[in-house]
Amino acid sequence: MKFIDEFRDVELAKKLVNRIKQLSTRPTRLMEFCGGHTVSIMRSGLRQLLPPTAQMLSGPGCPVCVTANADIDKAIALASLPDVIITTFGDMMKVPGSYSSLQQARAAEADIRIVYSTQDALQIARDNPTQSVIFIGIGFETTAPTIAASVLQAENEGIKNYYVLCLSKLCPPIMKALLDLGELKLDGIVCPGHVSAIIGSRPYEFIPRDYGVACVVSGFEPLDILLSVEMLVEQIESGKPKVEIAYRRSVKPEGNKTALEVMDRVFEVNSADWRGIGVVPASGLKIRNKFERFDAEQAFSITLEPVREAKGCICGDILRGVKTPNDCKLFRKVCSPEHPVGPCMVSSEGSCAAYYQYETV
Amino acid sequence: MGLIMNDETILLAHGSGSRLSHDLIEKNVLPPLNNPLLAKLDDSAVFDLSGRLAFTTDSYVVSPIFFPGGDIGKLAVCGTVNDLSMSGAAPLYLSLSFIIEEGLTIGELKKVVGSIKAAAEEAGVNIVTGDTKVVNRGSADKLFINTSGIGIIPEDIDISGANAKVGDKIILSGTIGDHGIAVMSQREGLKFSVPVQSDCAPLNKLVSQMLEASSKINCLRDPTRGGLATTLNEFARQSGVGIRIEEEKIPVRDGVRAACELLGFDPLYVANEGKLVAIVAPNNAGKILAKMKRNKYGTEAAIIGEVTDEHKGKVILKTRLGASRIVDMLSGELLPRIC
Repeated sequence: MKFIDEFRDVELAKKLVNRIKQLSTRPTRLMEFCGGHTVSIMRSGLRQLLPPTAQMLSGPGCPVCVTANADIDKAIALASLPDVIITTFGDMMKVPGSYSSLQQARAAEADIRIVYSTQDALQIARDNPTQSVIFIGIGFETTAPTIAASVLQAENEGIKNYYVLCLSKLCPPIMKALLDLGELKLDGIVCPGHVSAIIGSRPYEFIPRDYGVACVVSGFEPLDILLSVEMLVEQIESGKPKVEIAYRRSVKPEGNKTALEVMDRVFEVNSADWRGIGVVPASGLKIRNKFERFDAEQAFSITLEPVREAKGCICGDILRGVKTPNDCKLFRKVCSPEHPVGPCMVSSEGSCAAYYQYETV
Repeated sequence: MGLIMNDETILLAHGSGSRLSHDLIEKNVLPPLNNPLLAKLDDSAVFDLSGRLAFTTDSYVVSPIFFPGGDIGKLAVCGTVNDLSMSGAAPLYLSLSFIIEEGLTIGELKKVVGSIKAAAEEAGVNIVTGDTKVVNRGSADKLFINTSGIGIIPEDIDISGANAKVGDKIILSGTIGDHGIAVMSQREGLKFSVPVQSDCAPLNKLVSQMLEASSKINCLRDPTRGGLATTLNEFARQSGVGIRIEEEKIPVRDGVRAACELLGFDPLYVANEGKLVAIVAPNNAGKILAKMKRNKYGTEAAIIGEVTDEHKGKVILKTRLGASRIVDMLSGELLPRIC
């Protein structure tokens, strides 16, 4: 198996599309939670193939996009401190905060380095013992275990100059928040694949039980997503919503025990600030007191200007699935990947970037 | 006069015009590249040419300077040879300028010069004039190279991005994305091992064989930075036509596809250094393609789509699943300094 071609088989895709067309009798609103799913859907043109009854909405599952301006401002303020090296995933560089971006801070001589994993950040800390190295810890349950592991590793090795600005967020609580808002009237959710590889499928069980909304955990290839849509439509048509896994090659109902234990040792559940949604209780992670010397917010004092939001940007509505990028007055006119106004145009997994790059005809 | 060792580093003094400078060039650069025009070492190379000429220049700043399947030297020759070839010119003479950051080793320079020699020999071009400067550490990154090239365009050739006509076929000479991924795989902090080599190659012989099959090639371009998607968009805009391509006809190596999945790239936007795209009249496409397939740089050549009068100025991709989407130009930077 090559693990790519098998999941792009055209004949199988046609069969699935036909089956969805046969099954789907009434208008159904489905949300793909994850930005990775949005990109795959746009790139393969999958929306065009689905019957008009199966409507796909894009969700808030892009870690860069949901990072609030206030948190980006914090990262920029930390970057301006003396003897600090900021390490971050590349997508964060261009995201505009209230007044500036990390990219602009770097141009103004802040030491900001793009890394591909927390291991790179730790190595920079080892190589620069007289500087403070801060990792901007964005992401969902997928990245949280690697951030936790880096904290444990720093403690074991006695690395004293490594810190994390913890902005980790949790998926099931934000799904609950969106369902409680009631704006969307969802029938089904294509649940995130990589997040579920860590947390399993059980944390979604409240969704069919309390909200009557179908859930299928999906992989990222077009066939994975078609299969998930087919399973969702089948559940919805039969009136029996439940949690199912279409991504069995990666996801077990109980998740990844080791990763969950590492996360639990380092983090505790805390409220988190979500762009477009606001502060949601118990939807994020915070470094436990035991490890607080690694917590950048505890170790450094910064002063912040009042938070400002970009005028006309509807990233918040897009993240809640209430609007699509095409509804935004700035989209393609003022806001483009070269000149992003909001974060959804910056991240490669952002809805606006995906709609911009993969416009259908 | 001291013996120059391969691990000896190049110093600012090597660029000062002193005896050290002469030594560096006379021992390491001139002998491999030697030809009668270069050997004169006058301020300019002087030669006779007649006919319609093509003249081009490019600077090479790739990082790292050595990558699987090539190095900055090979790239500097092939890039300029290919730019000349894409206007239908037969490349003849190249200039060669080095900007060296102090600290580069003599061994590294020799290796690069060796690649320049090999690439120039393969392409059948001569390096006829050159220059070497050495700058402070931090003022360049190891080695930058500029080459300019001059070539002669045979009669009856009219190649331009503005010449595509409705109904024309689009031919791609082989797999896409190899160069960008090969360079990326060597980047600090991102080293991964993929069985992918840069496709860096001189395409002048492939082009001359295509022109033997038919002189009626309307558009010709090498999809370097910005990849195939950007080149096709340029054709669509310059010619005021639509371009329709099929995803499943575009050859992509498994290693490139896997690396693109991992990094979140689309192979359509990843750079190539040994590929070309040709737009030709439908009745010429078959014989041109047959000729291409017999050249080692065109064995995987394929017709990937055609020119249409729909969606003028845009490139439309039919996905594997049968949906259609617009393929825009590359926005933002995908990978900095890949050539």
